[in-house]
Amino acid sequence: MRGVLTRLVSAALVVWAAATCAFLVLQLIPGDPVYAVVGSDALVSEEQHERIRAEYGLDQPLVVQYLNYVARLATFRFGDSYQLQQPVATVLADQLWPTVQLALAATVLAPLLAVGVTVATSGRRNWPRRLSAAVELVVVSTPSFWLGIMLLTIFSFRLGWLPVSETGGVASLVLPTITLALPIAAVLTQVMREGLLAALDQPFAVTARARGVPETAVRYRHALRHSALPALTMAGWFTGTLLGGAVIVENVFARPGIGRITLQAVGDRDLPVVQGVVALSAVVFVAVSVLVDVLYAVVDPRLRRKTGVQAI
Amino acid sequence: MSLVEVADLNVRFAAGRVHAVRDASLRLEPGRCLALVGESGSGKSALARSLLGLAGPTATVTAGELRVAGQDARDFGPREWRRVRGRHIGLVSQDALVALDPLRPIGAEITESLLAHRTVPRSGARERVVGLLTRVGVPDPEERARQYVHQLSGGLRQRALIASAIAAGPGILIADEPTTALDAAVQARVLALLDELKQQGTGLLLISHDLAVVEALADEVAVMRHGVIVETGPAGRVLDDPRHAYTKELLAAVPGGRPRASRGRPPEGEPLLDVTGVVKRFAGRTAVAGVDFTLRPGETLGLVGESGSGKTTLARVVLGMARPDEGSVLLGGEPWSGVPERARRARRHTIQLVPQDPLSAVDPRWPVSRIVGEALAATGVPRAERAARTEVLLERVGLTADLLDRRPAALSGGQRQRVAIARALAPEPRLLVCDEPVSALDVSVQAQVLDLLRRLQEELGLATLFISHDLAVVREVCDRVMVMKDGVVVESGPVEDVFAGPVHPYTKSLLDAVPRRARTAREPAQERL
Repeated sequence: MRGVLTRLVSAALVVWAAATCAFLVLQLIPGDPVYAVVGSDALVSEEQHERIRAEYGLDQPLVVQYLNYVARLATFRFGDSYQLQQPVATVLADQLWPTVQLALAATVLAPLLAVGVTVATSGRRNWPRRLSAAVELVVVSTPSFWLGIMLLTIFSFRLGWLPVSETGGVASLVLPTITLALPIAAVLTQVMREGLLAALDQPFAVTARARGVPETAVRYRHALRHSALPALTMAGWFTGTLLGGAVIVENVFARPGIGRITLQAVGDRDLPVVQGVVALSAVVFVAVSVLVDVLYAVVDPRLRRKTGVQAI
Repeated sequence: MSLVEVADLNVRFAAGRVHAVRDASLRLEPGRCLALVGESGSGKSALARSLLGLAGPTATVTAGELRVAGQDARDFGPREWRRVRGRHIGLVSQDALVALDPLRPIGAEITESLLAHRTVPRSGARERVVGLLTRVGVPDPEERARQYVHQLSGGLRQRALIASAIAAGPGILIADEPTTALDAAVQARVLALLDELKQQGTGLLLISHDLAVVEALADEVAVMRHGVIVETGPAGRVLDDPRHAYTKELLAAVPGGRPRASRGRPPEGEPLLDVTGVVKRFAGRTAVAGVDFTLRPGETLGLVGESGSGKTTLARVVLGMARPDEGSVLLGGEPWSGVPERARRARRHTIQLVPQDPLSAVDPRWPVSRIVGEALAATGVPRAERAARTEVLLERVGLTADLLDRRPAALSGGQRQRVAIARALAPEPRLLVCDEPVSALDVSVQAQVLDLLRRLQEELGLATLFISHDLAVVREVCDRVMVMKDGVVVESGPVEDVFAGPVHPYTKSLLDAVPRRARTAREPAQERL
């Protein structure tokens, strides 16, 4: 019970810290937010200008603006978007599902690819490992927008197998998912292979082989699980890459989603939307870290409460 | 009929550059135990692993003859080897904590052995696991099968590992240092289990550097050095009447087989260390429950007990690393425990620690000169003098100056421990706390390090608190001994008295657990006293 409470308090702290950072950073962007409300080309009289400022609380001192912002955040009122004239909550809720679809698909695909490639290339022969290591390096160093464009060029324009942009069907999800998942899979593979090879050198692997267990089974049944532990520590980075990657992928493939909204909102200085996205991301990060802690215990019995190592 | 027959076996590593085993020949029979004896790096493990086809991907194994379970194993492929492993030859490695998969319950590990050869249908596996655990003497087998390695005690772990090795009913068991990680009493019980398996007809290949263990089990002994079997014969003959010079050397190095240090003068003067009524608790568990002792300059006090008896906690209190919950420690007549760190720092150099595993107790990236130099710097030796002082210290511990630039990984186990001792001597301490200082070393190296410690005590008049689970070692270097159990000192006194006439049943059981050789060697040594 105390653990849950600590969790909630620390989650609130993380969201607060992220929101504060976002608030401060957004103050540094030059330009008058009033034009974000009315549009940059609109002619506004001094009087209207003042009225809009007052309406959005922009005439208040920065500290008061900040406190108001935190107070709204604490009561889950994100305010209205300057640009879309809709509540931020509605905007995010509308755009959430396409991004969740994309992120979930990538979250399934990346580990699958990583596990498959890791097991296939950690064998006795060296060349598959070298080849895969080279490919991983190339994939990791490729900017994802370029990767996306290349995939589009080959599979959509040249071969015509898959749609160029969002059609609502599963087919339109394939290329964006691959674009998002490939770099993640490449890094995960590097980490997992390292862990797998280390585990295969451990005495328990020798014991398993001495039982007459086939090499593949030693890998699947024993070593793979050990290699999952270092991979799990990458979950924070994984989440960040998913969110950041979504911004790029959604723009390259012209998909609706949070990423696209975020880019637009930052460009237009649509502060409430940006702040809403930041708060949402912080919540996602907190949720992921809770999930990872649970997964750790699933993988490693030494971390479970019932079977865990008692701290002395 | 021999279950395994080997003639002229050679194992080479790294494209032939390392010749780990040269022309080895041996045979394993049902119900007999052959012991392979030798120090680390002698090739005994490589030889044993090659009988399982597990010498490793970089190894090249050639042999004049290699027959396993009646088949010629020289041209076995992976599939043929798999049929032999576990089914005809089982492997029990050192330290079950890492030799069993820490992420799987031990029941799953044993089941794996059963199912690998389809010796039982999947549905019957659970029952067989319980049967096997019962057979190796694990209590509450149903419950234990669901537990993980880290939840079991050292002895139970090793039993579980043995159960997984015998699950598919192999005729031969390779036991590679099966008791090295265990306490004396637990070791004795595991050896008894292996002996029982032998009586039931399993052939054993025992690999050990510990001659006392070998004597307890072996019918025949093969002594290995630098990859060559230098002497082989019946156990009694080889151990009592060794012919090869190296075998004699090994036997002479066994602690307990050597004369005891006789000082002549009992240590006198004011106690350097005065421990009174020390109690230390951890989260409801009492690790040390009221211990008193004193230690005078030049005196060596042995602290004996099994893991969990509170030895290490007591040592931490003495070192000033843990604050006692009750009681006090005086150092040189002044308060040592319970004073603020500021008041202690200037005196910290008086107590130094010699660790069990020097490899983990030094920074692996630092060269020897820096490891020792840091300790000198901490006591305010000016930079300009450090190099010269380091060389003097190295000389004192029997090392030469050409090791100054080596990193720990490039040193042998004995050299590393000498460096750790040199580091401990650097601040000119008056008291050394040695925590199992030789248990990670080979016997002959062990003997050298013990000699060194003894010489240093005499030359420098150091007081020593010597913690060990190895009674033979304690007997060899200590003046007095203190036996700890469950945080309490159950017996203490001069080493000769305690070893000759133990009073407390626990001390008796500890002494009984010491394998025979170390015990019988005690008598002539006493006559000399």
